[in-house]
Amino acid sequence: MEDARWVNIHPLIVRITHWINAFAILIMVTSGWRIYNASPIFPFRIPDGFTLGGWLAGALQWHFAAMWLLVANGIVYVVYGVVSGHFKRKLLPLTPRALLHDVLQALRGKLAHEDLSVYNAAQRAAYLAIILCLVVLVFSGLAIWKPVQFQEIAAIMGGYEGARYVHFCTMALMVTIVLVHIAMVILVPRTFPTMITGRARRVS
Amino acid sequence: MKKRTMETSLAGHSPRLIRSVERRLFLRQGLSLGALAMLSGCNLTDDESVQKVLTRMSRWNDRAQGWLFSQSKLAPEFPETAITKPFPFNAFYSEDEVTIVDGKSYRLELSGLIRDKKPWTLPELYALPQTSQITRHICVEGWSAIGKWSGVRFSDFLARIGADTTAKYIGFECADDYSTSIDMATALHPQTLLTFRFADEILPPKYGFPMKLRIPTKLGFKNPKHIMTMDVTNEYPGGYWEDQGYNWFSGS
Repeated sequence: MEDARWVNIHPLIVRITHWINAFAILIMVTSGWRIYNASPIFPFRIPDGFTLGGWLAGALQWHFAAMWLLVANGIVYVVYGVVSGHFKRKLLPLTPRALLHDVLQALRGKLAHEDLSVYNAAQRAAYLAIILCLVVLVFSGLAIWKPVQFQEIAAIMGGYEGARYVHFCTMALMVTIVLVHIAMVILVPRTFPTMITGRARRVS
Repeated sequence: MKKRTMETSLAGHSPRLIRSVERRLFLRQGLSLGALAMLSGCNLTDDESVQKVLTRMSRWNDRAQGWLFSQSKLAPEFPETAITKPFPFNAFYSEDEVTIVDGKSYRLELSGLIRDKKPWTLPELYALPQTSQITRHICVEGWSAIGKWSGVRFSDFLARIGADTTAKYIGFECADDYSTSIDMATALHPQTLLTFRFADEILPPKYGFPMKLRIPTKLGFKNPKHIMTMDVTNEYPGGYWEDQGYNWFSGS
């Protein structure tokens, strides 16, 4: 039903890849934590209750199954984003000045969200950072999974052991950004159904 | 069905009501997401249908790793100064339970698709041309350590005994009741060594006396110690950890 008060702001492909990505990341992160616990590189462990897989072999099965979903979905999203101009339209331009301004506004609780079809600079930075984090996670993951076959990638990260640190630290950064993202959605709840239906109320 | 009813009933209502319904929807969806997150703490892996999918994916990953594997891609080698000291002990039992094999009565038994199945004594094996490597041993748990192993190139040994190198698998049975199996491509890789020495000394029991198959292109648990029998076969042999759910190929 066409309704003049509603406007479609998220293309279907973006919504589908967003939710597949969210699901894949949930599996990758929670199974990854279980794998981390088998031989922690920092002096802490992740509480088992937050992990997936039950034991190391189970966690590895989840991790190496969901990686295909994450990568295949990611390729569809990035190719679409570049070819259709979606990235250029929605995530750029991004200047440090605009970012600083919008982050300060957000901290004061004054960031404008009237028009959901336009991302503010803080959003653009966060979404770009998550995409970049995922790219680094995939490549450091390849280096850990295949430190011989993909030794050139591992070498960039200081070898196999270096790649483990890159993988974990990038995961921590990405999870932090995702938590901020979820907090922002809770603060502006109408963005949530919009990511499912694609529709937002037209700004008059 | 339900959704359509809600949409029709929402039409014509005030924006405030719509917003409050949206909020309620959001909360409910948020809750189910939370429930999913909590599920991850439980053992979702034990669910039969889920386990079936995971096992199938693991078989798929075996094939994918077989395609990725390159006969000519060599594992990085390191200088003597990079060797990890002390080199960690690791097995499915503790260090004081290490199996002691009697070197004098030891015979390596050969079976399956092999022309000359004559068992090998240690002096005979030690007399074969030897080579050394300093490579990184990577454990499935994540840790790694660099060590030096010496022995006979496995592809040379397979040629010497007349193994059918068109066969799919080589399975190993070990004195500590461990077992594992590898693909033929990896068995023929130039850095796959049947080793008798660690750090220039005869392999101590804790590192696998009398022999360990050193495969720097595979995870540590694919490197069997205390090997007693070797079987060249086309029937998938499995292995101690593989049968419990660890990925079979487990290549590096």
